[in-house]
Amino acid sequence: MRLLTAFALTALTWAMTSDGALAAPVYGQPTDGALGFQPGVTPIMDRVNDFHNLMLWIIIPITLLVMGLLAYVMIRYRRSANPEPKKFSHNTTIEVIWTGVPILILIFISFFSFPILYFQDEIPESEFTIKAVGYQWYWGYEYPDHGIEEYASTMVPEADLRPDQPRNLAVDQPIVIPVNTTVRLQVTAGDVIHNWAMPAFGSKMDAIPGRINETWFRVDREGVYYGQCSELCGIRHAFMPIEVHVVSQDVFDRWIELSSEDPYSSDAYQLITEYTAARETRLAQLD
Amino acid sequence: MADAAMHDDHTPSMWDWKRWVYSTNHKDIGTMYLIFAIFAGVIGGAMSGLIRWELAEPGLQVFTGADTGWGAIFGNEHNYNVVTTMHGLIMIFFMVMPAMIGGFGNWFVPLMIGAPDMAFPRMNNISFWLLPASFGLALMSLFVPGASSVDFGFGGGWVLYPPLSTTGNPGPAMDLLILSLHIAGVSSILGAINFITTIFNMRAPGMTLHKMPLFVWSILVTVFLLLLSLPVLAGALTMLLTDRNFGTAFFNPAGGGDPVMYQHLFWFFGHPEVYILILPGFGIISHIVSTFSRKPVFGYLGMAYAMVAIGFIGFIVWAHHMYTVGMDVDLKAYFVAATMVIAVPTGIKIFSWIATMWGGSIEFRTPMLWAIGFIFLFTVGGVTGVVLANAGIDQSLHDTYYVVAHFHYVLSLGAVFAIFAGFYYWFEKIWGVKYNSFLARAQFFFFFIGANVIFFPQHFLGLNGMPRRYVDYADNQAFWNAVSSWGYVIMLVGMALFFVLLVEAMVRRRKAEANPWGEGATTLEWTLSSPPPFHQFNELPKIK
Repeated sequence: MRLLTAFALTALTWAMTSDGALAAPVYGQPTDGALGFQPGVTPIMDRVNDFHNLMLWIIIPITLLVMGLLAYVMIRYRRSANPEPKKFSHNTTIEVIWTGVPILILIFISFFSFPILYFQDEIPESEFTIKAVGYQWYWGYEYPDHGIEEYASTMVPEADLRPDQPRNLAVDQPIVIPVNTTVRLQVTAGDVIHNWAMPAFGSKMDAIPGRINETWFRVDREGVYYGQCSELCGIRHAFMPIEVHVVSQDVFDRWIELSSEDPYSSDAYQLITEYTAARETRLAQLD
Repeated sequence: MADAAMHDDHTPSMWDWKRWVYSTNHKDIGTMYLIFAIFAGVIGGAMSGLIRWELAEPGLQVFTGADTGWGAIFGNEHNYNVVTTMHGLIMIFFMVMPAMIGGFGNWFVPLMIGAPDMAFPRMNNISFWLLPASFGLALMSLFVPGASSVDFGFGGGWVLYPPLSTTGNPGPAMDLLILSLHIAGVSSILGAINFITTIFNMRAPGMTLHKMPLFVWSILVTVFLLLLSLPVLAGALTMLLTDRNFGTAFFNPAGGGDPVMYQHLFWFFGHPEVYILILPGFGIISHIVSTFSRKPVFGYLGMAYAMVAIGFIGFIVWAHHMYTVGMDVDLKAYFVAATMVIAVPTGIKIFSWIATMWGGSIEFRTPMLWAIGFIFLFTVGGVTGVVLANAGIDQSLHDTYYVVAHFHYVLSLGAVFAIFAGFYYWFEKIWGVKYNSFLARAQFFFFFIGANVIFFPQHFLGLNGMPRRYVDYADNQAFWNAVSSWGYVIMLVGMALFFVLLVEAMVRRRKAEANPWGEGATTLEWTLSSPPPFHQFNELPKIK
């Protein structure tokens, strides 16, 4: 039992000290062996991350406290050390304390919890709207403010992947948005319930037939971000990922121009992939 | 009179089929429930093995749709969804509930309150025998068309959300599943009525509600939750059935219905349901901790009313399962607050168990190991529950493996550990033979390590964004998934040891003692022989 406790303790300390990931953080997709969130790139996700770190400072000490108390009573009051049990079964003071202190802790948590909730839910003045429609098993995207009609965004099959595209995450027709711009996302579905989820943005919104849900994000870092459908939607649930390219305003404007004529235009696609490749090279040189 | 006495002493032969099929004896019915639960648990556990095998590495391993040499027995990605769905339903409705309520509840509620049997013995019989019928329908659903004419079984998750459970799975598999759950629900409601009547009317003279053992309290709260929540599930299921077959549109937006309405109804049942799974465990753990510390339970009234409070709050927090459906923000704020309140009575229970051990004279017999394991692991599952209660964070964690880790810590490591704790605590009482303590301890250590290795890494996967119910994942989620699958192998060894232990005990037949635990075991079942006489308490015990 003590061995196990030591094992659990080590695991917990490891989780607490290693700040989320073993390797350097990768933006926009999972990191193998990571212990925490993907790095956030929106004000929402930054707050979620901070709040979650605060929660870790509450829940890990509580777990350690319970573990410590258990270890203490198991050693101190084992039969060989304490053959004659005491007979008490009440202690009003301690009962009031262990009822009252958790209440105070919960009130403390709520001071941080509610502001985040309202911050997520109240959509600020946005530059433009994107509409996402979930289908079995792909996403349809529409830019109503720019006159881009709905286009289908399907997962790239494993055989067709470019070397820079992650398996099960890359799509043929991504969403493109400008950096540092507030975007409103409207989400609905055409058949069954889906969920538009993007970990790096802290976004997760159910796509429900017959209902339009809204959320928002303002991404402060250029890059490619991947998300996945997060509500069971049938046989290919795991294979309708989400890909967002966050680019400069100039590139975005050019992409809009090319895409509003034909959302499947190969010029628009080429523009985005070349821009992304160039940025990756630049970032690689910086390292 | 002599005749009557003879009759009471007569125990029918074990090999007489009428003893079991026509049984009105609470102990026989309890035994049948336990055996049923073990049987269903093996099937549900095997399904979790397929899940961990599939997820052991990126890509498709099991559910490839390819011929294995005996045909494509595992099927394709649809069948993966079927397996996760059925794993959940089987473990909840056919393993944990029958073991806790039907098994231990039937066995020990009458014994602990000093009653000769349950209030309605024949109803008890039908409660049990509806379950195999229900389970049969559920298993049949695996072999009829679900999502399409070639994809067999229902693959829409144990929550059965429409439209995936209506237009998304048009085949008869879903209809069979609806009927299966209807029957399981009827079985549970009949059982609940039986327990409520028994506990309210058949307590031995002098046993007031406030002197009742905590396990009986836990069953009382549990069956009230069943009685109040199951009709809501039955209603929602019936609406699904008519939406599917008779052209209604309760949950179809094209006809003015709303899929989210189903989710509200389902979780109004579903949230009390998760407390139904764990509350009897709370009762079992209280007895074990008290017995092996040789000390009365600390804060008895606090413990009893904490369970009542948990049961009550369980009915007003349901929408915390639905933070992402697009609810009004004020409504979300309410559910955050209500949900966090549950931490208070739960904390009272954890600390009271530790206070029961404090100052005691603790003996680490097998049931106590499981109980201590339960307390620690339930704490881990509890604190992650507080994290998830916050809608702000849940926005990132909803439907990820973090949720899977959380509810397996409270159920797979909570409820199941409580079941094994109770199984070993009452092993001699139920089966009349002793178990091999070495095997039992070995099983505990394999389970404790294995379950932690399976589920602790899933927190990391969830935080890093891996959605649940995924047959295949991004390559960069491979490491913790591999660790988790190895954990299953460790737990599997523990499970094998459990069956070795059962066979060993069956073959060796070491004679059981009436009370193997000594002075710490104070409830009425220990005043009887092991196993107890076929009919007990012909003269009611008096409680001072």
